[in-house]
Amino acid sequence: MSKTITIDGKEIPYEDGQTIMDAAIAADIYIPHLCHDPDYEPHGSCKLCTVNVNGRNCSACTFPALEGQNIINQSADLEQDRKRITQMLFVEGNHFCPSCEKTGDCQLQGVAYYLDMHDNHFPHFFANREMDASHPDILIDHNRCIFCNLCVRASQEKDHKNVFAISGRGMNKHLIVNSITGKLKDSNIHINDHAAHICPTGAILIKRTGYKVPIGERTYDKQKIDAVALAKENKHHGR
Amino acid sequence: MQSFIQPVIDRYGTSSDQLLPILRDIQSEFQHIPAEAIECVALSLDIPRTQIISVIEFYSFLHSTPQGKYALLVSDSITDHMLGKQDLMSYMASQLKVSIGELRTDGLVSLNNTSCSGMCDQGPAGLVNGYALTNLDRPRIDAIVKLIEQNIPVQQWPSEFFMVKDNIYLPGLLLQDPIAPGDALKARFQKGLQQTLTEIDVSGLRGRGGAGFKTAMKWRFCSEEIETERYVVCNADEGEPGTFKDRVLLNTYAHQVFEGMTLCASIIGAEQGFLYLRGEYLHLYDKLQNILQQRRHSGLLGNNILEQGLNFDIEIRMGCGAYICGEESALIESLEGKRGIPRNRPPYPVSQGYLNKPTVVNNVETFFAASKIALEGGQWFADVGTKQSQGTKILSISGDCTKPGIYEYPFGTSIKQVLHDCGAASDILGIQIGGPSGTFIAENEVHRTLAFEDLATGGSFIIFNQSRNILDIVKNFTHFFAHESCGFCTPCRVGTLLLKKQLDKITEGYGSAGDVAALEELCQLVKNLSHCGLGQTAANPILSTLERYPESYQQRLKKISYEPGFDLDASLETARRLANRNDAGAHLAQVEED
Repeated sequence: MSKTITIDGKEIPYEDGQTIMDAAIAADIYIPHLCHDPDYEPHGSCKLCTVNVNGRNCSACTFPALEGQNIINQSADLEQDRKRITQMLFVEGNHFCPSCEKTGDCQLQGVAYYLDMHDNHFPHFFANREMDASHPDILIDHNRCIFCNLCVRASQEKDHKNVFAISGRGMNKHLIVNSITGKLKDSNIHINDHAAHICPTGAILIKRTGYKVPIGERTYDKQKIDAVALAKENKHHGR
Repeated sequence: MQSFIQPVIDRYGTSSDQLLPILRDIQSEFQHIPAEAIECVALSLDIPRTQIISVIEFYSFLHSTPQGKYALLVSDSITDHMLGKQDLMSYMASQLKVSIGELRTDGLVSLNNTSCSGMCDQGPAGLVNGYALTNLDRPRIDAIVKLIEQNIPVQQWPSEFFMVKDNIYLPGLLLQDPIAPGDALKARFQKGLQQTLTEIDVSGLRGRGGAGFKTAMKWRFCSEEIETERYVVCNADEGEPGTFKDRVLLNTYAHQVFEGMTLCASIIGAEQGFLYLRGEYLHLYDKLQNILQQRRHSGLLGNNILEQGLNFDIEIRMGCGAYICGEESALIESLEGKRGIPRNRPPYPVSQGYLNKPTVVNNVETFFAASKIALEGGQWFADVGTKQSQGTKILSISGDCTKPGIYEYPFGTSIKQVLHDCGAASDILGIQIGGPSGTFIAENEVHRTLAFEDLATGGSFIIFNQSRNILDIVKNFTHFFAHESCGFCTPCRVGTLLLKKQLDKITEGYGSAGDVAALEELCQLVKNLSHCGLGQTAANPILSTLERYPESYQQRLKKISYEPGFDLDASLETARRLANRNDAGAHLAQVEED
């Protein structure tokens, strides 16, 4: 008999070495997340996937699934906490969804829809962040970076390039580019790199592709993020 | 540049875990890390330049832009504030003709704040080019200004400016009778491994860093790991504002601390140890190196220690100004030459620590105590203290008392007793136990006791009398956490800054009733969802004072249901100027409700 954990009262199987997130995705259970992508080393920084394990809060993406875990994923408290974390990400950067070409395809926006977020709640930081439009094919709008580290991991783990890194401490945290000028144009990034396509927000964009799919017909215009994420992330989906 | 950097690289080697020592040396030569140096180091260590930049931008004591030839930092701890730090710093700025946070145009001097420098019993304190300055006052500042203007090297400044006293007022079980070098190790080899570990278990010794994990259990877990390459790390990154007892232990009892590390190594089977010393304690570096050298000479470190076949040595690594590196997994990251970001757990350091090998990380005081327990036996220690907190605790006492300094008490001692001994007057407002991340207790709680069962503490004990303002204290602590958050996780990175903004809104008189409720909600969020201890405790100063002194917050509130965090009328100034009006109708007043 396989080992099991319980999520919101439902018993689901897991294998040794799986995280709670891995087991949940395999069982078609959505746990909101932004910094996590099953193709990359878990990071555990956005904290959206916080779940309650036997009374203790843990990040589902990094915490190992273990026999006897009673996990709460959906509760009024957790929904509220996740909404607040999402609002924190919104006020920290400068996110003007209507003017962003990623609108409708943006995971941050998708999660906000999912969590029924109607306002930003917290006072805005109005951070003064510059844009890097130097590269012929790829654009970085630092205003929308949420420090999920996915571009860093993609560049290291899949492209074997080290184009990106996160620098600074605390609120001075920012994304930096590995080139002598610090500009993207002087780095060795290529339009086909995984790192150029992984961004969950509109921070890293491919130029001249923004409106190929009209607004209103985009990913999260048609489907909620839970369905999209599970379909994409569950390797055994549809078997 | 290359001619300076090559010898540095030759000295430390090309392993990327040596990045911090290399950058420290470059910084002290050039007063910053020049772009050219970044390229050189990246090439030599074969790491991306982004790794170097991100490390420089993480640590407070590393800079990518030039600092003064005399880089002055003044400690921003609440105790320094209580000793007149703010006035002194403005005086210093005016005498040196430099703004706070800036470099003087001639490049001679820069002046800035720094988090608590661990000199709370002899403040106001500061640092010049990394070396601790104590007891700052106007005459001393005048003298310092003169020395700087005359370009006198720091090495030639009067030694009393750098005098750091121990101020031990109450030595107890451990402090009054330190062991002779080698005695604990001899006892260990006489008793054998299992018996020694049993003694430590019997003693009930719990980690003195604050979390209080049982030391014997940690050592046993580490020794039982399959991987045989193991490490011992002594956490001397004492950054909690108000703590300085590790500084005293390393200044006067370093042999015994190193002996404790060696004892641990013999039990877990480690050949390499590290003392991670906070950057603020640079003045101890040479002295500690000498002690390590003495121990090597006497066969207490190195190969075949006491001819018992034990091989172990200790390397000192300096921190670079980051409170978060006191968190054990962040400290390990820092040892590996990275930014001090706390790791995801599990795995825990005992199974995957330094270089992902089993590692014991313990506080200075823990190793110090363990060595004497190995000699005297576990029961000797367990006979003192309370049921769940055996032995004694060393406190760093500062604030409003006549004898700020070091005190050692059996666990279970009442706060009242402590106050009596250190000469705290009767007009107590409250006491911060365990530093900002601990608990603020009120005057009517002095019957409470020091113990893991009641008030746990890493050792910081700050006393405030009735002349102090609660909100000033909380503001200092809340700003500290926002400054020291590593920024890894959302609730702490954004949350600590939101806490700071929300608290400032209230203290500056722009708060209304709803703002206190919002502040409390935010506190719970940051506490419950943060990745590590920093975020989980950052709201404690607000939460513990909101509970005890709600009226202090209420007094600052406006009597309306909502108040914006800015001056409505003042922000219309530009519009008035553009419209060329200044009549009553062009002004907005916020009306108070009764």
